[in-house]
Amino acid sequence: MTLMQGRDITIGYEGDVVIPDFTFTVEQGDYICIVGENGSGKSTFVKTILGLIEPLKGRIAYNGLRGNEIGYLPQRPLIQRDFPSSVMEVVLSGCLNRHRGMFRYAPHEKEKALSVLKRLGMDGRAGDSYQELSGGQQQRVLLARALMATEKLLLLDEPAAGLDPRTSSQMYGIVSSLNSQGITILMVTHDIHPVLNDAKTVFHFSHRSFYQGSKDDYFHTEMGRVFLKEAGHDHS
Amino acid sequence: MIIAEILSYGFLARALAVGFLISLTASLLGVSLVLRRYSMIGDGLSHVGFGALGIAAVLSISPMAVTIPVVVAAAFLLLRMSERDTGGDSAIALISSSALAIGVIAVSLGGVNTDLNAFLFGSILSVSRSDAIISAIAASVTLAAYLVFYHQIYASTFDPAFARATGIRCERYTSLLAVLSAVMIVVGMRMLGSLLISSLMIFPAMAAMRVARTYFSVSIIAAAESVIAFIIGFIASYAFSLPTGASIVVTHMAFFCIAYAAGRIRSRL
Repeated sequence: MTLMQGRDITIGYEGDVVIPDFTFTVEQGDYICIVGENGSGKSTFVKTILGLIEPLKGRIAYNGLRGNEIGYLPQRPLIQRDFPSSVMEVVLSGCLNRHRGMFRYAPHEKEKALSVLKRLGMDGRAGDSYQELSGGQQQRVLLARALMATEKLLLLDEPAAGLDPRTSSQMYGIVSSLNSQGITILMVTHDIHPVLNDAKTVFHFSHRSFYQGSKDDYFHTEMGRVFLKEAGHDHS
Repeated sequence: MIIAEILSYGFLARALAVGFLISLTASLLGVSLVLRRYSMIGDGLSHVGFGALGIAAVLSISPMAVTIPVVVAAAFLLLRMSERDTGGDSAIALISSSALAIGVIAVSLGGVNTDLNAFLFGSILSVSRSDAIISAIAASVTLAAYLVFYHQIYASTFDPAFARATGIRCERYTSLLAVLSAVMIVVGMRMLGSLLISSLMIFPAMAAMRVARTYFSVSIIAAAESVIAFIIGFIASYAFSLPTGASIVVTHMAFFCIAYAAGRIRSRL
């Protein structure tokens, strides 16, 4: 089933075209890595599919996804390090888009938060202070928050940025296991490893152009080979 | 017995009630302002409030009618400026001192009827019956709005990128916060004075953040600290004939020092 599709869309800001006329589809259960250099249009694409900016031309069709049913994990540096917050407060804020009660979160929302934390190996940490967690644990909490927003599609913006190699491979392991549980993954990354190991599909952005293809096809293209080479994986 | 004595004076009981509400509301708004790095805006707004108060005095218009719209407009202007990457803080400093200067000139033109001291440092005697009613309404509405949108304000303060992606209109809550803060500053300025009112928003949050680690507990501790410091400061000012606003701020300062020490000790353990 197709979850999301953009046909002949043009994206950019207020008349400035970043990527003209391209088509992409997101199939349910897919694991898509979004790659490309800085300034190639990845962030514009992310903002467009989140609905924060409108496409300049065309529109994106969401199938079986309501407007705000994308679980988003933003890039890390945007969150203040000294913000007082418990893990539970962070995770519960993920379901605010569907939250109807005025003051308190409902018992089923709290139960869900605890079960999501458990799924990510963070059980027993609900009452802990978010600011005192390690980088990897903070990312897990933010992933739990994204899962509170939806179980269908996760959009992860460089989830392993700033993590040490061991913690980042744990992070990729978690993402991969979520994908095998049926959650569709869209992940912006500069890291070659998840692309090589876990991705099924690659979205490649380069200056004013867009490529979508399966991982195997991608690594047979020129840009795929360049990416491999630049990441030090050139075995040809 | 000192409290009974205070309550036996109508104007003091009124000031105590209004101050209690203002302290409670200012402390809650302050938590969001401090976490959003908007502390300077609170300070800037109180100076703009002083300027507007001075002009109202010269033109003999109702002070609230002039200051509330002027300070709300200034809140939006200052917010916009603080969002700029460079020069925002200098612009806020310039606006603050310009407004203060205009206020001082306006007050001096007003002649002997207006008391510069009361405007700058506050005066409980200035809390008239109608002021008290307006203040109580403004503080209650602010408090209610804050409580109703508590989760949204938290989410848009903690991580605006995520909040926007899940359909929360962060800009609306920033505007709401700006309006509420502006109203609180105008209302509180009469009693605490424009030079001291911003500390009422900043001290409780700063003290609470030394000792608490969750947003909820920071909010509760800030509110409690604010109300207790207000009551102690108020009673001290009555008992020792000290200026009310300054006594309250000094009490806050003492609480902050205690919280700071407690936080340091805790982190050593």
